[in-house]
Amino acid sequence: MVSLTAITTTMLDTGALVRALDTTGIGAVTTFIGLVRDHNLGRRVLHLEYEAYEALAVKGLDRIVSESLEQWPSVRIAIHHRIGRMEIGDASVAIAAASPHRGEAFAASRYAIERIKQIVPIWKHEYFEGGDVWIEGATADPDNTEARAQALKIACA
Amino acid sequence: MRVTVRLFARLRDLVGTGELQRDAPGGATVGAVWAGLVAEYPELSPYEKSISCAVNADYSRFTAAVADGDEVAFLPPVSGG
Repeated sequence: MVSLTAITTTMLDTGALVRALDTTGIGAVTTFIGLVRDHNLGRRVLHLEYEAYEALAVKGLDRIVSESLEQWPSVRIAIHHRIGRMEIGDASVAIAAASPHRGEAFAASRYAIERIKQIVPIWKHEYFEGGDVWIEGATADPDNTEARAQALKIACA
Repeated sequence: MRVTVRLFARLRDLVGTGELQRDAPGGATVGAVWAGLVAEYPELSPYEKSISCAVNADYSRFTAAVADGDEVAFLPPVSGG
C-alpha cells in the first residue's frame, strides 16, 4: 500500500500515487510533476541535491492534505517528495488529486505545490556551472494565514 | 539540561555539522538555545530574522520553553518543490 504522503530517496512513481487514491465517485484526476530544470536565474544547472528535515517534512505534507480537505471536502490528494541527488529532468515532487469534477482537482493540486514551497522543510542545493548555492525561499510558518490565503488565491485564479 | 540541536542546509554548512548536543539552563527558551549557538558561531547571526524553529519535529516559536532531551531544530528559508 502506497502512503498518501512520503519523503523518499527513490524515483517517484506517479502511477502508484494515482492508484493510492480512493476513486469512488471520482470524475477527474490531475497529476503534477515537478522536474529538475536545466537553468535557474541565468545559471546553467548541472544537478540538484535536496535535503529535508524528514520527520517534520512528512508532517508538513500531511498538513497540506488536511488543509486541502478543509478547502475542498470532496478532493483526495497524495503528495510524494524526493530528496537526495537528482539530475536534470528527474522528478522531485509528484502530486495526484482526485475529485468528482475537474475544477477542484486542478485547484487542490496547485494549492499543494504552493504550500510545499511555503511550509515544508526541504532545501535545494543547486550545483551550477561555476559554483553551487543553497536556494532559500520562504521562511516556513504554517500558522501564517496570509501565506495560506495567498496559496489559495493562486490555486483559485 | 541537555538538548540536541539540529541544523539544516546552509546553517549546517556554516557550522560544519547537522547535529550537536548543548547544555542549557532550566527553563531556557528556543531563543536562548539559538543565542548560545550564535555566540559560538557568529556567522549564524544574519539568519536570525529569516529562520524557523522546531521542537521535537513540530514547528515552534523562539519564546517556547525547551525541556531536557528535546530536539531543537533551526531551519533556513525552505525551497522544496
